[in-house]
Amino acid sequence: MRGMSVIVQVIARLLAGMLFLYGVYIVLHGHLTPGGGFAGGVLIAAAFILMSLAFGSVEQSERSSYTFSSVFESLGGVAFVGLALAGYVVGSFFFKNDFVYYTGIPLHLLSGGIILPANIAIGVKVGAGLVAIFLALGASRFVMKD
Amino acid sequence: MIELYILLIAMLAAALVAIEVKDLLAAAVSLGLVGFSVAIMFILLQAPDLAIVQIVVETLTVVFFAAVILRTTNTDTTIAGRFKPELVFPTVVFGLFGVLFLVLAASVLRELPPFGSPVMLVASQYIALALKQTGAANVVAAIILDYRGYDTLGEATVLFTAVVGVLTIVRKLGRKRNPPDEAGEK
Amino acid sequence: MIALLACIVLVLIGLYAVVTKRNVMKIVIGFSLMEYAVNLFFALVGFKRGALPPIITNVNMARNFVDPVPQALVLTAIVIGLATTALMLALAMRIYEKYKTFDITEIKRLKG
Repeated sequence: MRGMSVIVQVIARLLAGMLFLYGVYIVLHGHLTPGGGFAGGVLIAAAFILMSLAFGSVEQSERSSYTFSSVFESLGGVAFVGLALAGYVVGSFFFKNDFVYYTGIPLHLLSGGIILPANIAIGVKVGAGLVAIFLALGASRFVMKD
Repeated sequence: MIELYILLIAMLAAALVAIEVKDLLAAAVSLGLVGFSVAIMFILLQAPDLAIVQIVVETLTVVFFAAVILRTTNTDTTIAGRFKPELVFPTVVFGLFGVLFLVLAASVLRELPPFGSPVMLVASQYIALALKQTGAANVVAAIILDYRGYDTLGEATVLFTAVVGVLTIVRKLGRKRNPPDEAGEK
Repeated sequence: MIALLACIVLVLIGLYAVVTKRNVMKIVIGFSLMEYAVNLFFALVGFKRGALPPIITNVNMARNFVDPVPQALVLTAIVIGLATTALMLALAMRIYEKYKTFDITEIKRLKG
């Protein structure tokens, strides 16, 4: 996949950093302001897609990007199920929130029990999955083009 | 709520453009216009969570459409510009079905509570107890991750399946093992 | 009520594109239109006049919120719609690679 001109590359380098930071902010404040894991995850994916579109890609870097995104997506999924299974450790039901996690003072950043780690896991999973889908649809040489 | 009706008219006009136009990139951009109208309507309906997700998902949908269109073809070769007589019959049948469906739907929608005053039997319990039981200030996040966590688990599974499906469909098939088969099928 | 009927009209427009059109990309656009219409229908059902968005900003505020349950259901449905559209686009790309056209009447005739 070919890259774009120099102007687009300079602006994309600035914008991708700001998009990534804004996505992480939306994921981390998911229990206080609107947003949450899904919106922040898609924004993180948009930052990586912008970099891939502006700079083009060669076959070697495509393969390593595939590997990275599959590993991160599986890590996010396993982390989400692991957080839910921690309810069994205390001896109670699946997805328990009261005595397992830290339910702090409301309206502070470290509050809400399971919601903050679950948002982070969902954000990583959705972001990595969408990057993998875009690399397969738009940038792969796996589909032969005559 | 006059802005709601103006946005509904814009949405329906953009949808009609998206399915009738000949250039496929123009159809993808019209689909983006439909999605952005839906996002602004979510803001007017006091749902900021949904508006954020709809805007970013709509942008990525248009990017995916453009990526596939630019790799394949750009124009729709089935629209010839002349009047084709074999298209009249399906259109008329679908028009009759559409009118019947709308009449039945209008009589069913009269049974719902009036627009602007929902019943909220379960939701009043969630709103009253969310801050005390979960500690989260965003009631929607508390619902999708604490009260209804199974739905989020199901959604994570569906997303994983979709990613695996796309990577399987796009992958090159194993052609190195049987060269005589490849010569026969091409 | 008019807004709910407009959502149903959008579903019918999407269904018309899926049933009648002969180009594979137009069929995918029709599916996508149906998903947007159903999500909008859910959000319209949960609206309450003169209420606030369901975010608690002050611990002692009056809890006059819109219905949060339809919003929670639609939130995951939007992302699942994106995944389904991506899957259909991958299938469309494979169809073009094999038959070199998007026209379904020609694909039925070739029988590769």
